[in-house]
Amino acid sequence: MDALSREDVEQIALLARLALDDDEVERMRVDLAAVLVHMDALAEVDTTGVEPMTHAVPMDLRLRDDVAAPSLPVEVALRGAPEVVDDCFSVPHIIDKSGTAAS
Amino acid sequence: MTAAAPDDDGCWLSAAEQARQVKAGARTARALVDGYLARIAADDRDPRRLGAYLHVDADGARARADAIDAAIARGDDPGPLAGVPVALKDVLVTEGVPTTASSKILAGWVPPYDGTAVARLRAAGAIVLGKTSCDEFAMGSANEHAATGPVRNPWDRDRVPGGSSGGSAAAVAAGLCGAALGTDTGGSIRQPASFCGVVGLKPTYGRVSRYGAIAYASSLDQIGPMARTVEDVALLTEIIAGVDPHDATSIDAPAPALRAALDGGARGLRVGLPEEYFAAGVDPEVAAAVERALAILRDAGAETVPVSLPHTRYALAAYYVIAPAEASSNLSRYDGVRFGRRGGDRQASLLDMYRHSRGDGFGAEVKRRIMLGTFALRSGYYDAYYKKAQQVRALIARDFTRAFDDVDVLAAPVAPTAAWRLGAMAHPIDEYRADVLTLACNLAGLPGLSVPCGFTGGGLPVGLQLLGRPLDEATLVRAARVVERGAAIDRRPA
Repeated sequence: MDALSREDVEQIALLARLALDDDEVERMRVDLAAVLVHMDALAEVDTTGVEPMTHAVPMDLRLRDDVAAPSLPVEVALRGAPEVVDDCFSVPHIIDKSGTAAS
Repeated sequence: MTAAAPDDDGCWLSAAEQARQVKAGARTARALVDGYLARIAADDRDPRRLGAYLHVDADGARARADAIDAAIARGDDPGPLAGVPVALKDVLVTEGVPTTASSKILAGWVPPYDGTAVARLRAAGAIVLGKTSCDEFAMGSANEHAATGPVRNPWDRDRVPGGSSGGSAAAVAAGLCGAALGTDTGGSIRQPASFCGVVGLKPTYGRVSRYGAIAYASSLDQIGPMARTVEDVALLTEIIAGVDPHDATSIDAPAPALRAALDGGARGLRVGLPEEYFAAGVDPEVAAAVERALAILRDAGAETVPVSLPHTRYALAAYYVIAPAEASSNLSRYDGVRFGRRGGDRQASLLDMYRHSRGDGFGAEVKRRIMLGTFALRSGYYDAYYKKAQQVRALIARDFTRAFDDVDVLAAPVAPTAAWRLGAMAHPIDEYRADVLTLACNLAGLPGLSVPCGFTGGGLPVGLQLLGRPLDEATLVRAARVVERGAAIDRRPA
């Protein structure tokens, strides 16, 4: 694994939707590099022809009957939200006034 | 100090004994609840308080206790955990009781429903006493990554209780609840159980529904009991186990008859000792305590045989790719929209609102794991990290399958050391390395148990780890009971 740059860290943080300040970016760069060195051990293992194991216990997914069941009342579902307008979760504007997507 | 509380309040009894006494009318559920509330309040006044609880639901617990006492007075049977006050790791959602996963991002959140394991405990007569501290979103091995601060180990208050279910372990060990639930993704029940001198069981993956357990790494997470006796762990597992329509990965298998298996003894049991788990790096005092436990099993008629799990050395790397990758996906739901706190100013764009809600709300270790996972899942890196880790995971699981062709159960240390001092782990990788003996069990989906087997010279508890075939929790509790009887540990910290 090549050393991580600050730009790499900032790019990953954007993908992860995490705002990091300058100090955090630097600490993350150092910490991630130190951890990733240990992950390189995986490359030693010969995995030719080995099926990736996606779950601990092999099982077929069960299908349930297609029957409606009660769900949370709207006011209960909204109770934990930081901002609510009418019966909706409210978020910052997504489309700006010119009609293009806000960044 | 809790030592000042009267001893006849029943708080040190096993959960099974508490339920028996409550049902027999020898003790009321209300008296048990009041006893624990008094002990918790006394500990809170200690300048070096344990900090095991994040939230104590005193009113709810008293009301529920009164209802149970009234039911018994009417001649009803409230169930096998009648009147037992339980503590729940704060990643288990509880209707009407705050649930935060020890994270700032969920501060003040009150879930609208009970998870399945919690609902089953309540239906069996248990009383939810409160929610216990843990590493934030269950990510950590010492309970030091909690937004609310660390938890102390009841055996030595300058030391960590282990993690991530450190609050549950400390509450059980200090006599601050009848029993508790934790979760175990890479050792988070077994390691704090070992550090605090209690019994902890991680059931087979899928044995217990994960519905209502805040997800960390979904292919590894499992809920399990922590208690003062092997019998209690068997009893709680029987109650919380079973298929659940709300969790598609819960296994449709008959409920395990664990209490019936308790007194099976060890005669004829073939106990495998994985050589990789006894290699250099295990503290000599931990190794000595484990060796004494193995002698107890041999004296009871078990045969110990060396086995090899050759891919053990790759478990750490595989786990710390797979678990963060799953976490980075699972934790994307904390975005400041539907629950939890919102960050950024009111003029922020949607993207900045996401970034600041998460950047401000998550602690350092959670951010580190989200970043690691995002890195491993990035296009161009997926094959080298995530896919490769899952292939190695398959080889680790195959090692166990081969070992279990020859033996009934595996025995090993839980962790290379006993509890370390608060603040001693300076670098993340050192803390990750401390998980080296518990991770493979989760990767393979096996049941694993920690039972107290001795102490270090400094008086710190040491657990014996037992690993079993899938769905064979019965052999684990059977062997653990032999060790429990033989070691005859004094369970109360001074």
